[in-house]
Amino acid sequence: MSLTVDSVTKKFGRFPALNGASFVAPQGSFVSLLGPSGSGKTTLLRILGGLEFSDSGSVRFADLNWLDMPARTRNAGFVFQQYALFKHMTVADNIAFGLKVRPRNRRPSHTDIKKRVTELLALVQLPGLEDRYPSQLSGGQRQRVALARALAIEPRMLLLDEPFGALDAKVRKELRTDLRRIHDHAGVTTVFVTHDQEEAFAVADLVAVMKDGCIEQYGAPADVRRNPRTAFVSEFLSA
Amino acid sequence: MKKTFFDGRSGSRRRSFLKPTEDPLWLRLFLGAVAIGFIAILLLLPLALVFKEAFANGVSALWAAIKEPDTLASVRLSLIAAGIAVPLNMVFGIAAAWCITKFDFPGKTFLVTLIDLPFSVSPVVAGLIYVLVFGAQGWFGRSLADNDIHILFAVPGIVLATIFVTFPFVARELIPLMADQGRDEEEAAATLGATGFQTFLRVTLPNIKWGLLYGVLLCNARALGEFGAVSVVSGHIRGVTNTMPLHVQLLYDNYDYAGAFTVAALLAMLALLTLALKSLLEWRYADELAAAHRR
Repeated sequence: MSLTVDSVTKKFGRFPALNGASFVAPQGSFVSLLGPSGSGKTTLLRILGGLEFSDSGSVRFADLNWLDMPARTRNAGFVFQQYALFKHMTVADNIAFGLKVRPRNRRPSHTDIKKRVTELLALVQLPGLEDRYPSQLSGGQRQRVALARALAIEPRMLLLDEPFGALDAKVRKELRTDLRRIHDHAGVTTVFVTHDQEEAFAVADLVAVMKDGCIEQYGAPADVRRNPRTAFVSEFLSA
Repeated sequence: MKKTFFDGRSGSRRRSFLKPTEDPLWLRLFLGAVAIGFIAILLLLPLALVFKEAFANGVSALWAAIKEPDTLASVRLSLIAAGIAVPLNMVFGIAAAWCITKFDFPGKTFLVTLIDLPFSVSPVVAGLIYVLVFGAQGWFGRSLADNDIHILFAVPGIVLATIFVTFPFVARELIPLMADQGRDEEEAAATLGATGFQTFLRVTLPNIKWGLLYGVLLCNARALGEFGAVSVVSGHIRGVTNTMPLHVQLLYDNYDYAGAFTVAALLAMLALLTLALKSLLEWRYADELAAAHRR
């Protein structure tokens, strides 16, 4: 039941975004993909989410050939840097979206959906904001709603693309603590993309430092910090 | 008293400060007058004249001119042509805008150029294209005649010409809007398990509905008013293949000024109705519109 990424490559035109990235993450772990911009971390995350397609390589998750499945059947919650909330829907409708689009036989009843929305809003610490529109929320609140929306589908995997990139330092810290708490509560395998090493080390069980489409070093935060394997990693961490 | 540094600013003469983006009053009045004068002379005056001429011989004469069977036939034909062309171009426009803005594929710029073609080609040329294809000497002329199918100088030709000319309106309105909105929300919907159709219906369509409405209204106005392309393929058979704009010209050429201005006024009424409908919808859904523009 672990996530195995094996030599994934991807080119955009002639530019190689991923040059054979590989890592293994145990079920329920929290992995950070860390690296400077252009290192391929977002591309790898989008491939995991089914929003981008790899040229070669394989991904296995819980005995599934992950890359052969379309995004909508992967059941992987995705959180975007720019929130990507549905502007024309209330907070409650945003969170309920993934439940409402299920086929009739798997769709929860109206009252169950409503209950679930209330629970999720409590979980992300925004109780009572059901009827607001995204435009009436602050950036931090929007990202909490986006997180609740991704969790509503009871995801097998949670993918976060620089989720706190557009927020100020104080809100970032609050949110990452909450994210870790929610991760532990849900026990879902989480992949988290960031260029902020402090954030990556504070929140993750495993850190993959990326450069030029490759994973330079992969391991527990303490190990990576103590024994940087390449000059790039030690330089990036001391920056 | 010794002059201090601040005296220059707090002196007896009070200055009225303008905002950096504000122009002096005389300039604002002048520009306003130019804009209003321009609109009045070039837009409102001719429109008013059309209605004045239509009512020149009284309401009963106007009513008689409208009840003329050929006039009624031209109204019916125009409505049929628009009624077929507008829904088709709406579906086409949404499909084109969707595939151009939400997907990457080779030949995309070429497709955009093709969509623009009816804007850049003169409507007369557009009409002639159909003559070349479906006319007696055209590519399909012989086989169409053998099978007793009439396209040219009949309703199908008029509908085809109208579709060609009004082809880009919806797509052109939607492409910049959808490009600006990006793919984020659609991607989010996909990761949440929505099918392509659900994503379109629940996410994309609500985001573009105002642009779509505007495109459809423009498309409709043009479909009702199209003259050049339809004129070439119509054959000008009174009461059979004359649309309203063609009928206006026919009446005018026959010195039936009252009739011509009556039909022109009807056409103008349809256009004004379209605009009124748009304003009504905008007023009715003002909150929603504002919410959609906020980010």
